[in-house]
Amino acid sequence: MRSGCRRCRLVALLLVVWLMGLTGSLAVGAQEEVNVYSYRNPQLLEPLFAAFTEQSGIKINSVFISKGMLERLQSEAENSPADLIFTADIGRLTDMKAAGLTQSVDSEAISNNIPAQFRDPQGHWFGLTSRARIIVAAKDRVPFGAVTRYEDLADPKWRGAICTRSGKHPYMTALIASMIAHQGHEESRKWLMGLKRNLARKPQGNDRAQVKAISQGECDIAIINHYYMALMLSDPEQLAWANSVNVIFPNQSDRGAHMNVSGMALTKHAPHRDAAVRLMAFLASDEGQKRYVDDNGEYPVTPGIPWNDLQRSWGPFKQDTISLTAVADQRAAAIRLADEVRYDH
Amino acid sequence: MITATLVSPTVGAAVKLRRLSRLNRWTIGAVLAAILVFIPIGSVLLLSLGDSGDVWPHLIGTALPEYVGTTLWLLLGVGVSVFLTGVTTAWLVTMCRFPGRRIFEWLLLFPLAIPAYVMAYAYTDLLEYAGPVQSSLRALFGWQSARDYFFPPVRSLGGAIMFMGLVLYPYVYLLARSAFLEQSVSVLEVSRVLGKGPWQTFKTVSFPAARPAIVVGVSLALMETLNDYGTVDFFAVYTLTAGLIDVWLGMGSLAGGAQIASSMLVFVILLIVLERMSRRHQKVYQQASSRFKTLPTYSLEGWWSALAFGLCALPVIAGFVVPVLVLGQLSIVYFDRSWTPEFKSYALNSLTLSAGAALVALLVALFIAYARRLREGRVLRVATRAASLGYAVPGAVLAVGILIPFATFDNALDAFMRNWFGVSSGLLLSGTVVAVMFAYVVRFLAVAVGQVESSLEKISPSVDMAARTLGFRAGQTLIRYHLPLIRGGLLTAVMVVFVDCMKELPATLLLRPFNFETLATYVYRFASDEMLGEAALGSLTIVAVGLLPVAFLSRMISRSRQLYPSPSTGDA
Repeated sequence: MRSGCRRCRLVALLLVVWLMGLTGSLAVGAQEEVNVYSYRNPQLLEPLFAAFTEQSGIKINSVFISKGMLERLQSEAENSPADLIFTADIGRLTDMKAAGLTQSVDSEAISNNIPAQFRDPQGHWFGLTSRARIIVAAKDRVPFGAVTRYEDLADPKWRGAICTRSGKHPYMTALIASMIAHQGHEESRKWLMGLKRNLARKPQGNDRAQVKAISQGECDIAIINHYYMALMLSDPEQLAWANSVNVIFPNQSDRGAHMNVSGMALTKHAPHRDAAVRLMAFLASDEGQKRYVDDNGEYPVTPGIPWNDLQRSWGPFKQDTISLTAVADQRAAAIRLADEVRYDH
Repeated sequence: MITATLVSPTVGAAVKLRRLSRLNRWTIGAVLAAILVFIPIGSVLLLSLGDSGDVWPHLIGTALPEYVGTTLWLLLGVGVSVFLTGVTTAWLVTMCRFPGRRIFEWLLLFPLAIPAYVMAYAYTDLLEYAGPVQSSLRALFGWQSARDYFFPPVRSLGGAIMFMGLVLYPYVYLLARSAFLEQSVSVLEVSRVLGKGPWQTFKTVSFPAARPAIVVGVSLALMETLNDYGTVDFFAVYTLTAGLIDVWLGMGSLAGGAQIASSMLVFVILLIVLERMSRRHQKVYQQASSRFKTLPTYSLEGWWSALAFGLCALPVIAGFVVPVLVLGQLSIVYFDRSWTPEFKSYALNSLTLSAGAALVALLVALFIAYARRLREGRVLRVATRAASLGYAVPGAVLAVGILIPFATFDNALDAFMRNWFGVSSGLLLSGTVVAVMFAYVVRFLAVAVGQVESSLEKISPSVDMAARTLGFRAGQTLIRYHLPLIRGGLLTAVMVVFVDCMKELPATLLLRPFNFETLATYVYRFASDEMLGEAALGSLTIVAVGLLPVAFLSRMISRSRQLYPSPSTGDA
C-alpha cells in the first residue's frame, strides 16, 4: 500500500485538474449570448428561445430555479451573470423590483406592444402572457349557468363538491389576493371559509389533478388556469379529463375573470444588456406573442394577436382590469388568510 | 520513528513535543475541515438572527401547532417502521438460512435507489381515487363514489409514513447488516454454548453490539424525513419544513424560514445528545481477528422459512418492484415525449458530481473520524457533530447558506483584484459545479461520518497501540491496519453518499450553472408540474444508474468478511 501514496497524489492532481475544468464557465468566444434565470418550466420557454437564436444568432443560456432565485441574485450582486428573469406569476416580478434587483427598460417597441396594465409603470418588469383563472364544472352534474362567479363557490349548496389545489400555491394566492383587493379582508375571509367548507377533499395535487378528480366523480367543480385545458386536450391520457368539464369564465357580469401574468425583467447588473433587450423585444413582438399562443395556449398581452382555435371556441371574455401591482400587494395578506382559515388542512 | 530508549530529559521533552505536534496536526486538520463544512449551517443560523416581523405570532396562532404535531408523528412513524423493517431484514439475511437469502442480501437495498418523491408519485398514481386500483375496485364491487366505500387516502400522513419508510429503511438495513457482519464469531459461539436460542442471542449479543450502527441508521432516516420537502408537499402533509418554505417564499421572510430551520437543528442536536448520553457507558469491541470464520447461521425450516421469505420480500416488492413497474408502464406510454438525446449528458453530470462528492465526503469523514480516534477531546466531538448537521437542514435552505458565503468570498476577491490588478475575477465559486459538489458534501457528510465512525469503533485500541509500538506513525497505521479492517464500512459510506447525491434536488436546482442538468433536475422539470408520465423515464434512469453501485458494492460488503477465507468449512 506504500506506493499507493504516489498514486494517491496523482489521483489528487487529476481531481484538481478535472475540478478546474468543471469550474470553467468563463465566457469563451465572441458569440453574443443572454443569460436567463427562469421560474418558468424550461419546456415552456425553449421553443421561443430556439426561434430567437435561429433568427438573431444570439445564444441563450438558462437555468431553471424554482426556489431561491432572489437570494441568488442578491448574493451575486454586481457580478451576477444573469441578464433576464422570467417568472410564472406577478408576485415574483414585484418582489424582484422591490428588492432592487431589476433595472428599467425604456423601449418603444416593447411598450407599444404591451398595454400599460400589464407592465410596470417605471419599466422594471413586463408581462408577456396572461392566464385566466377559470372555473371548470362537470358536464353531467353541474347544469350550465349554475356557477358563474367566484363568489358562488362559497354557496353552501356546493358542499362537498369542489376540488382545488393548495391555497398557498402562487396561482391560488393571487386569486385570493385579488378577492381581498376587490372586497376587502373580511368579505374575502367569509368567502374563503365558505369555499373551504365546500371542499370534497383536502387540497392536493396541481390544477390538472383537480380536473382528473372531476372526471372520476370525486368532485364536481374546480378552479384551474385556462391553458391547462389546451395541454390536457393534447395528451392522450388526459383528453378524457378535459372533455368531462365545461369551461366557465367567472364574473362576466361584474368585474371580469381574474388574470395573472407571466413576465420578464432585466436584472440590475446585466452583463449583456443589449442582447437581452433584443430578446425582450422579440418576446413582446407580434411574432413572439403569436408563438406563446400557439405553443403554450396562453393569452397574449398584445392586443390584436389572433387566438388559437380553442380560445376562439371559448370566445372573448371580460378580464379583470385591476392593477396587477394592487393584487401583488395583497399576496402576503392572502397567505395569512389561508393560514387563518386553515384552508389546506 | 521514535525509539523507546533511555534519553536525557531535554531530549525526552523534545521527543514528547514532536509526538504531540504530530497528533495535533490531525486535530487541527479535522477541526478546519469541520469548520469549512459547518460554514453553510453557520450562515443559516446567522440568517435566523434577522428580523422576521410578525411571522412568529402569526404562525403560533395558526399553523405552527399543526406543523410541529405532524412533524413529530411523521418522525415517530418513520422511525418505528424503518427500525423494524431494517433490523429484521438485516438480521434474517445475515444470521439465518432460508431460500432466497442470497438474492435478498442485495435486493433489499434496491429501494435506496428510488428518490422519495418518485416513490410518492408512483404510488399516488396507482392508489388514488382516479387510479387503476380504486377504479378496478369500484368496477368490481359496483361502488359509485367515494362515499360508498372506505379506501385509505394515499395523500395523507399515513401514506407519507409508509412510503418514506419504504425509501429510507435501506439506511438501517445497510448499517445493521454491516454491523451484524462485523460481529465476532467467538462471542456468538459462546452465546450458543451457553444455550441461548436465536432470539436470546439477538437480544443480548447481536443487537447491543449493532446498536450504535442501528442508531446511526435510524437517525439518518429521521433527518432525511425531517428535511424532506418534495414528498410531504406532494402528499399535502404539512411539516415544519413545509412551513419553512411557506414562510420563506410565500411570506417573503428568509429570516423567518431560517429561524424555523434553526429550531429544527436545535431539536436534532437535542436528540443526538440524548442518544449519546444513553450510550455513555457502553463500549463494545469485537475481535479484530484476521481470520474471519463464517458466521454461525440458523437454518430455518417450514413455516419459519416461509415467514422469513415473506418478511424480506415485502419491502422489496413494495419499495422497488411496484414503483418500477408503474414507472416502466408510464415510460412506455410517454416514451416519445420524454426521450431526449441529452439523457447521456445529464446522466454523466449526475455520475461525475455524485462520484466526486462521495469520494470527497469519504475522505473528510475518514480524516475527522480518525482524528477523533487519535485524540478524543471535547473540541473534536463538537466539531464532528457540527459538521454532521448538514443532513438535518432542508436542501433549499442549505443551498442559500452556501450561496451567501461563496458569493461574499467571490465578490470580495473580485473587489480586491479590481483594486490591485484592475482585473475582474468575476464569480469563481458561486454558480459553478464546485458549489453544487460542496453542497453535496455538506449535506451528506453525516452519512459518511456515521458509517466510518461506527466501523472504526469496532476496532479495539490495542491495534493502534500495537502499531505504535512497532513504530508506525498515525497516518501509516490508518492505511496499513485500519483501512483493510473497515473496508466494508468505507464502501458502504461511499455507496450511500453516491446514491443520495444522485437523488439530490433542491440544492442542485439553486446552485447549478447555466445549461447544466442532472437526471434529478431533469425529472423535476416534469414532476414539478405533476407530469408524471414524462417524468417516468428520467426517474427510471436515476434508479438504474443508482442501482449499479448498490448491487456492486453490496457484493463487496458481504465479501469483505472473507478477507482471508478460513480453511475450515463454514456453512453456506
